[in-house]
Amino acid sequence: MGVFFLNSSIGRKFVMSITGAALVLFLTFHSIMNIFVIISPEIYDSICHFLGANWYALIGTIGLALLVVIHIGFALMLTIQNRRARGKDAYQVTARPNGVDWASQNMFVLGVIILGFLCMHLYQFWSKMQLVELIGKINGEEIHVAGSVVVQHLFQSPVYCVLYIIWITALWFHLTHGIWSSMQTLGMSNNVWLPRIKCISEIYATIICLLFVAIPIYYLIVNLIS
Amino acid sequence: MATTKNIKIDSKIPEGALSEKWTNYKAHQKLVNPSNKRRLDIIVVGTGLAGASAAASLGELGFNVLNFCIQDSPRRAHSIAAQGGINAAKNYQNDGDSVYRLYYDTIKGGDYRAREANVYRLAEVSNNIIDQCVAQGVPFAREYGGTLANRSFGGAQVSRTFYAKGQTGQQLLLGAYSALSRQVKKGSVKLFTRREMLDLVIIDGKARGIIVRNLVTGKIERYAAHAVVIGTGGYGNTFFLSTNAMGSNGSAAWQVYKKGAYFANPCYAQIHPTCIPVHGTNQSKLTLMSESLRNDGRIWVPKKLEDAKALQAGKLKGRDIPEEDRDYYLERRYPAFGNLVPRDVASRAAKERCDAGYGVNNTGLAVFLDFSEAINRLGKDVVEARYGNLFQMYEKITDSNPYEEPMMIFPAIHYTMGGIWVDYELQTSIPGLFCIGEANFSDHGANRLGASALMQGLADGYFVLPYTIQNYLADEIRTPRFSTELPEFLEAEKAINERIEKLMSIQGHRSVDSIHKELGLIMWDFVGMGRNEEGLKKALVELKRIKQVFWSDVFIPGEAKDQNTELEKALRLADFIEIGQLMATDALHREESCGGHFREEYQTPEGEALRQDDKFSYVGCWKYMGEDQEPQLIKEELNYEFTKVQQRNYK
Amino acid sequence: MEKSINITLKVWRQRGPKALGKFETYQLNNVSTDSSFLEMMDQLNEQLIADRKEPVVFDHDCREGICGMCSLYINGHPHGPDEDITTCQLHMRKFKDGDVITIEPWRSHGFPVIRDLMVDRSAFDKIIQAGGYVSVNTGGAPDANATPIAKPIADLAMDAASCIGCGACVAACKNGSAMLFVSAKVSQLALLPQGKVEAMARAKAMVAKMDELGFGNCTNTGACEAECPKNVSISNIARLNREFLSAKFKD
Repeated sequence: MGVFFLNSSIGRKFVMSITGAALVLFLTFHSIMNIFVIISPEIYDSICHFLGANWYALIGTIGLALLVVIHIGFALMLTIQNRRARGKDAYQVTARPNGVDWASQNMFVLGVIILGFLCMHLYQFWSKMQLVELIGKINGEEIHVAGSVVVQHLFQSPVYCVLYIIWITALWFHLTHGIWSSMQTLGMSNNVWLPRIKCISEIYATIICLLFVAIPIYYLIVNLIS
Repeated sequence: MATTKNIKIDSKIPEGALSEKWTNYKAHQKLVNPSNKRRLDIIVVGTGLAGASAAASLGELGFNVLNFCIQDSPRRAHSIAAQGGINAAKNYQNDGDSVYRLYYDTIKGGDYRAREANVYRLAEVSNNIIDQCVAQGVPFAREYGGTLANRSFGGAQVSRTFYAKGQTGQQLLLGAYSALSRQVKKGSVKLFTRREMLDLVIIDGKARGIIVRNLVTGKIERYAAHAVVIGTGGYGNTFFLSTNAMGSNGSAAWQVYKKGAYFANPCYAQIHPTCIPVHGTNQSKLTLMSESLRNDGRIWVPKKLEDAKALQAGKLKGRDIPEEDRDYYLERRYPAFGNLVPRDVASRAAKERCDAGYGVNNTGLAVFLDFSEAINRLGKDVVEARYGNLFQMYEKITDSNPYEEPMMIFPAIHYTMGGIWVDYELQTSIPGLFCIGEANFSDHGANRLGASALMQGLADGYFVLPYTIQNYLADEIRTPRFSTELPEFLEAEKAINERIEKLMSIQGHRSVDSIHKELGLIMWDFVGMGRNEEGLKKALVELKRIKQVFWSDVFIPGEAKDQNTELEKALRLADFIEIGQLMATDALHREESCGGHFREEYQTPEGEALRQDDKFSYVGCWKYMGEDQEPQLIKEELNYEFTKVQQRNYK
Repeated sequence: MEKSINITLKVWRQRGPKALGKFETYQLNNVSTDSSFLEMMDQLNEQLIADRKEPVVFDHDCREGICGMCSLYINGHPHGPDEDITTCQLHMRKFKDGDVITIEPWRSHGFPVIRDLMVDRSAFDKIIQAGGYVSVNTGGAPDANATPIAKPIADLAMDAASCIGCGACVAACKNGSAMLFVSAKVSQLALLPQGKVEAMARAKAMVAKMDELGFGNCTNTGACEAECPKNVSISNIARLNREFLSAKFKD
């Protein structure tokens, strides 16, 4: 088997699709968890507590970080190789053919946008929740951050709400292509299933993103009313 | 025209009964042992069905093969464009087919101008071809039970044509190309693409190498071998407008002719009845619509001359003409075969109607091929399933929807039965020079049946040449490899360079294409579907004039030692003009009508071809006698021992 | 109905593989709308020759959409702005009087320009040579009907086999990937019992060669399928992925 993950195009794509699929699973969990901040802040806080400064949450976080790093690393490698494969002269006129999704040709750009917002997100949430608890633990303190309070506090700002909506929109584009593309790369497609897989991935991406986007929208509306 | 009877032609037909000749030959021929094969080099020019299959098979046997083509890849040879199918006497349909019946249909279809022994061998190996291709992964059409499907073609009463959608030639060629690619990887075949053969090198009377022009760099290159095989296709592009590819040319064949190989039956050119008509003076080629369309399409022109005039003026459309005013002339003249008469018959009938003023398009040179009856009978869905891709192609080209408007078609030059003369071993009159596929004068006599070209190309390449060439090479095992520095090579290269320099230095005012178009019109008018003495004589005068115009007024821009498309075309055109002269000479001498050669002076009262078996039952072989000299005619008598020669009848 | 149009052409001219190329602009009048695109190019070349200039070099041969020789990237589309056709089947009625038409060569690392609009596609031959065949010698094949093949399978193999090797997939792909071409051949042979025997080795060898020749990584944009003149489906790419991954995991 060797190092085909690295030295063959399909191997590299395999890594992209496996890491991508794992991140989709994480997003699924994250989006379901998020929605509780509206439905029941108590439950949300207890999940936050559960995912606080524990060894399993820590392993999960490290694993997740690793997935993200690999996904981005391979994306960079693929993009550089693909640019080289295009040749030195660019086309003067280009047109997107019928049936080709805009997202599919702009996955890297979408990825960069998502990554940018992710940094903001980590700073605004993760560093004030799990990280605070971890640092506390190292210093011998038990800290419990009430996640729902952090969320409610942040989304007081309509600017942040809008920024988050933009982020999730980019994520939606990335996922509509990413989900079916990962299945295609794993070979789980044929003439019959190709359109079905595309349809499924659009629905799935839409559900995840609706769950995510529900929170900033909820707070926008609440703030507007009050 | 000098006719000499004292040159004896030996076609090397083996002894024995018709069905035993090939078996006998194989049992007694000389072979080359494996360790010697490695030491023998074979040049194969061309990568079509014949060339690719021969190069692959010879490579598999262990010979060292050098394979040349003018395209950027062997896969693009014009065999790829064959649509309909390939014949074989498998009798999978249980409709009474047999090797003998395929043999008989081919001999009859060729108007009794082919060699019996060759045609029988062709029919014999036809079955192996299908087996071979299936083993290579050629996706032939299949029945629901998983067995192979067949369709019918013109000139046969059984269903023996195997097909892969409307792309049979493509699939067979890709099969041969894959076998070739396998040998390239193994190292037994070396591939030289974008190379055009410009001359044959003969050493001590034997073919020992070729001179080619590298079409990318313009450099002249020399290659040596123990034997040379030509599989470069036909010369239909002499007519400028034909169904051949733009690059298809007769130059390799013409060069070996000039080096002493006989050119046989040059006047036998097949005109295909169902092509899309010419649209204007910028037309560059003609597109064939598969013969299979004649299974369900009905061919007609108006009965009334005034309707035809209205159609020509664009005042009427085909569908406006009522049923009773339509003349289904093929069904009227040939009730037994109807729209499925052989190609030569259908083409002449169309020409006859158009000459009488009944043409249906703006040029008056088209007839209708109508599917309205089939659509009513079978439904649009069934017609679409059968011919959808062809209808789509027609609509893309003509912008007219054949589901609603009848198609317009007209005959066009398609295939040349004539070519380099070969004996039973496919060896030309130059020892060590072999010729296969459409390039040789082949097994089709004066007319080729549909779906037989693929059969012949692959038969030659896979199953005939790999045997027969060994009979020659067995005596060459002690011959060491040749140096391309030998004086014969250097002289040939020098001659080529001089010819190119001469062309480049003319710097006249005519583009190559403009002269080629003029040549095409003369050929079509006088050496086309209907020929007569007066016209042919006129053609010879005109061709001489064209040759003079070409050599004094052609303009080739660019440089010789560089990529130069115009120079490539000019070199080919120089040969086309001379091929045209030989075609006209041959057509003039053959005072009879047979198959693709129709002399208006020789027809039955009903307008059918009238052969003169007592005078012309021979292969007309032409020997080159020098620049601007009359070629010499040598006759290979055709003695029909096993088949009764009859007047062809499709009524 | 036939009419004539006047057009402006912006054509890529490049003297040789290493030379710098640039666009030249030509005015072409009285182009019949019934002409094919390549007949229009012939007309342009006749005009250039009449002006004693060198004609534009482009690949073409059969002019009926099957040999795969013609290329040309026309107004942003390989084989031009019409569907399911090659450049030779594109007709001038798709254009309007006064149109500006930009004509470029296939641009890809795997297809270096030879001259003007002519590119070197021998990389495709090399990929086929790496394994795009069934290892069977001439002679000795079993009877053609000895192995029945279900019609749907044979039809699927035929669809994959209809690839003409023109390279439009690579030209259309923003990644310069040759996956559609490779997958079409791998699929055709993997579907048929005759080709199944070597399916794994074939997939590995052909993909390795494709990568070696510098074609890009497929990111499933589907542009190849959309521009393919023969409608070869990207589900073939999924099959190639399947074949390749299962071969690698079995190693």
